[in-house]
Amino acid sequence: MGIRFILMVNKQGQTRLAQYYEYLTLEERRALEGEIVRKCLARTEQQCSFVEHRNYKIVYRRYASLFFLVGVDNDENELAILEFIHLLVETMDRHFGNVCELDIMFHLEKAHFMLEEMVMNGCIVETSKANILAPIQLMEKSS
Amino acid sequence: MNPFSSGTRLRDMIRAIRACKTAAEERAVVRKECAAIRAAINENDQEYRHRNLAKLMFIHMLGYPTHFGQMECLKLIASAGFPEKRIGYLGLMLLLDERQEVLMLVTNSLKQDLNHTNQYIVGLALCALGNICSAEMARDLAPEVEKLLQFRDPNIRKKAALCSIRIIRKVPDLAENFINPAAALLKEKHHGVLITGVQLCTDLCKVSSEALEYFRKKCTEVLVKTLKDVANSPYAPEYDVGGITDPFLHIRLLKFLRVLGQGDADASDTMNDILAQVATKTESNKNAGNAILYECVETIMSIEDNGGLRVLAINILGRFLSNRDNNIRYVALNMLMKAISVDAQAVQRHRATILECVKDSDASIRKRALELVYLLINESNVKPLTKELIDYLEVSDQEFKGDLTAKICSIVEKFSPEKIWYIDQMLKVLSEAGNFVKDEVCHALIVVISNAPDLHGYTVRALYRAFQASSEQESLVRVAVWCIGEYGDMLVKNVGMLDVEDPITVTESDAVDVAEIAIKRQSSDLTTKAMALIALLKLSSRFPSCSERIRDILVQQKGSLVLELQQRSIEFNSILEKHRNIRSALVERMPVLDEATFSGRRAGSVPTTVSSSTGATLKVPNGVVKPTAAPLVDLLDLTSDDVPAPSSSGADFLNDILGVDLSPASAHSGTSQAAKNGTDVLLDILSIGTPPAQSISSTPDIFSPSQNQKTPVASLDALLTPSPVSARAASPQAASSIIDLLDGLGPGPTVPENNGPAYPSIVAFESSSLRIMFDFSKSPANPQITVIKATFTNLSSNVYADFVFQAAVPKFLQLHLDPASSNTLPASGSGNVTQTLRVTNSQHGKKSLVMRIRIAYKIDGKDVLEEGQINGFPRDL
Repeated sequence: MGIRFILMVNKQGQTRLAQYYEYLTLEERRALEGEIVRKCLARTEQQCSFVEHRNYKIVYRRYASLFFLVGVDNDENELAILEFIHLLVETMDRHFGNVCELDIMFHLEKAHFMLEEMVMNGCIVETSKANILAPIQLMEKSS
Repeated sequence: MNPFSSGTRLRDMIRAIRACKTAAEERAVVRKECAAIRAAINENDQEYRHRNLAKLMFIHMLGYPTHFGQMECLKLIASAGFPEKRIGYLGLMLLLDERQEVLMLVTNSLKQDLNHTNQYIVGLALCALGNICSAEMARDLAPEVEKLLQFRDPNIRKKAALCSIRIIRKVPDLAENFINPAAALLKEKHHGVLITGVQLCTDLCKVSSEALEYFRKKCTEVLVKTLKDVANSPYAPEYDVGGITDPFLHIRLLKFLRVLGQGDADASDTMNDILAQVATKTESNKNAGNAILYECVETIMSIEDNGGLRVLAINILGRFLSNRDNNIRYVALNMLMKAISVDAQAVQRHRATILECVKDSDASIRKRALELVYLLINESNVKPLTKELIDYLEVSDQEFKGDLTAKICSIVEKFSPEKIWYIDQMLKVLSEAGNFVKDEVCHALIVVISNAPDLHGYTVRALYRAFQASSEQESLVRVAVWCIGEYGDMLVKNVGMLDVEDPITVTESDAVDVAEIAIKRQSSDLTTKAMALIALLKLSSRFPSCSERIRDILVQQKGSLVLELQQRSIEFNSILEKHRNIRSALVERMPVLDEATFSGRRAGSVPTTVSSSTGATLKVPNGVVKPTAAPLVDLLDLTSDDVPAPSSSGADFLNDILGVDLSPASAHSGTSQAAKNGTDVLLDILSIGTPPAQSISSTPDIFSPSQNQKTPVASLDALLTPSPVSARAASPQAASSIIDLLDGLGPGPTVPENNGPAYPSIVAFESSSLRIMFDFSKSPANPQITVIKATFTNLSSNVYADFVFQAAVPKFLQLHLDPASSNTLPASGSGNVTQTLRVTNSQHGKKSLVMRIRIAYKIDGKDVLEEGQINGFPRDL
């Protein structure tokens, strides 16, 4: 329901972060990622950010060298998901300071923590950057 | 030195993997790391467990199997420190899923953590539970989660809310427990809790209808007030996105209102004001604003009708449509599809814009726009819209062509105002994208063509031209070959020119060329070649001058490796050579194919065997018949049966019989006539026309006065099985009666069973020249079957030669005719001919037998025909 998965993929098609909210086996995931990434990467700037794939929609946006793809149900509000992607990027930016692909790669667990604070079980939980980052900052201070 | 002592090992591993140039190298690196991790697990290494787990997560993301790490997760979760717990739970959520049994082991840890004093740990546990709990775990831990819904810390409350969503999804029975706490959540101030609370309530409403009722009654005003507060709230930096406070909360509230308002007028009323306010006040220059407007429009469309709001919504959509941003246009098209069911007029106004969108460069937009156009089409705008679509078909790309073609075909079929337009459009589509057109569409086109007799000439000429232009489209070739075969003479003689046509001259050999090309081309498939063969046979009869050439072509196919083609060519060849005299009768025009039954059959509703509807009459002759195959669905090829004796060929064609429409009002044209001209009883299939004013082909029919021709006997039903009906020219005939004769002989024993109750014989038919007597007997085994022995007596002084008796029965009866004892009836009753009939009455006891008969014979070479109806059957037969 709502969000089914969130992927961050670079321009060569390598997955940098993958969070699934529904069960798929490993082979299915790889196949899915391959298909979707091919579709999205092939699109130009002018084309719209929503792709229909099988029985759900993919909302995507490209930030520098990284593509953010979110797979949602058919009845979800696509523009809201676009906003959500932007919110995610801004949150990570605030935490890492000028976030780039390498930051995500080398601090994968922190990226996951942030995402977990924002989305739970496919639903958006928290949208305030302060609230999202508070526990993470606490954790970093204590360790 | 322990290789895993340094904390940067994760980074190093990542660097190493990135440095790999090939997939094989990467696999090698990953394998080494996995081995090292496994070794560390075996040693039960405490310190670097979490690093190993982080590495495992990375490897898992790349797609390699990592099940050996699952127990590590559990150990980490059970440890005391917060970082370890954190990574443990993260690993749990990534590496495991609800179907693994290992998950059960975590339940106890989770329970302890849910009751932990440290609220962050509680939060962790809730998170994990919310993401992957299974049904059993949900049941176990539900009471804990319920308690936490009222916890003092808002962070915990919001997580508990989302966790509850998962629980009620997994175990819907527990939903009742959560209704009250959920309602309390709606009064929160904290946005996080509010948003999750709203989500929880939305899900509760989906799961249980009593929850829906409860929320509708109690909470609608509260929600409206909340939305108003949020919409009017001053600038709040925390939640601000692009100038709007917390658009996500807006959208969630709107969604919940939608669920509450759907189907309920009171709730919808309460919402009207706030919806209007949101719709008008929200700024739409930013994406966030547009998102809110989109949700608002969706809600307005779903709740109960309110004219003003609807107009507002459609205006917003209109604005969206003309926005330059592709995303917005896509969203608008999506919404318009739902709006059509609500208010079609308003959507029509935007037709032009939508049509533009069909040609957009973006694939998603094109698809949506095409579906929308399809829904918009009605009788008034079908012509211009179809023209646009067909124009676009030429320039569209391959993947889109399939969709587009299918849609155009269905539009044309449903809405075509007149036949000539239909045929034109279909020809264009076939020339452009014939390869994408499905077979049924071609068949439908052929049915329509045959139903439009005045357009036959026009059609066949247009097809000829189209074939010259684009002969690589398979379906076009098929339709063209069929039409040229049927109406070839019209093509050559330029019959039936319409004003809009330019004259073309086509010689007979040109027409034969078309068929020859179709056969010889490598890329033609089996069906096309087979159709071309038949067309050649038809042409050989219509253009006698080309017979030789046609024969040569046919002979070439004799050695074909495909059985179907070989069989056809051999048979047709033998027709050409040995059976010249009946050839023309065989391949005369096909009768009109009935559209209604065709489309009914297509929809699967009509069984393909017996014709449908209203009491069709089966006519069963006592001859063997060889039908020519039609290019349509059933291609019957009987093996040629030259033997004049009325021995039946094996196949029982009773099932393939078409009823024939004899109603005078039938508008079907091009049917009927010609009496049998062959002397052989078997081979011809007659359409015998009854109108007395009929000029019939070769031999005159003399109708005996006792005939009752005006009575409509049966209704014309489908003709997908071919009958080589010798239908004459295409002029519509009034009161045409067509009788199809197909082989219906059941090769049964000729001895009637004589036991059973006796019935009186009747004089079935008597005229000045002929008397027929029926003797009845019933087999005791099956009371539905009656065996009738018919005796024919010649009352005149002439000898009757080639005596043929045919009978037809209504649908609830089945008739079998055995061969007659002889074909010649000697004069003046000096001898008689007998024939056995077997009738099966499926309505035995309720209805008695009736039968229509026709007798044909020759007196000194002249054909005579008599018809009659037998009503005098004894009851209880």
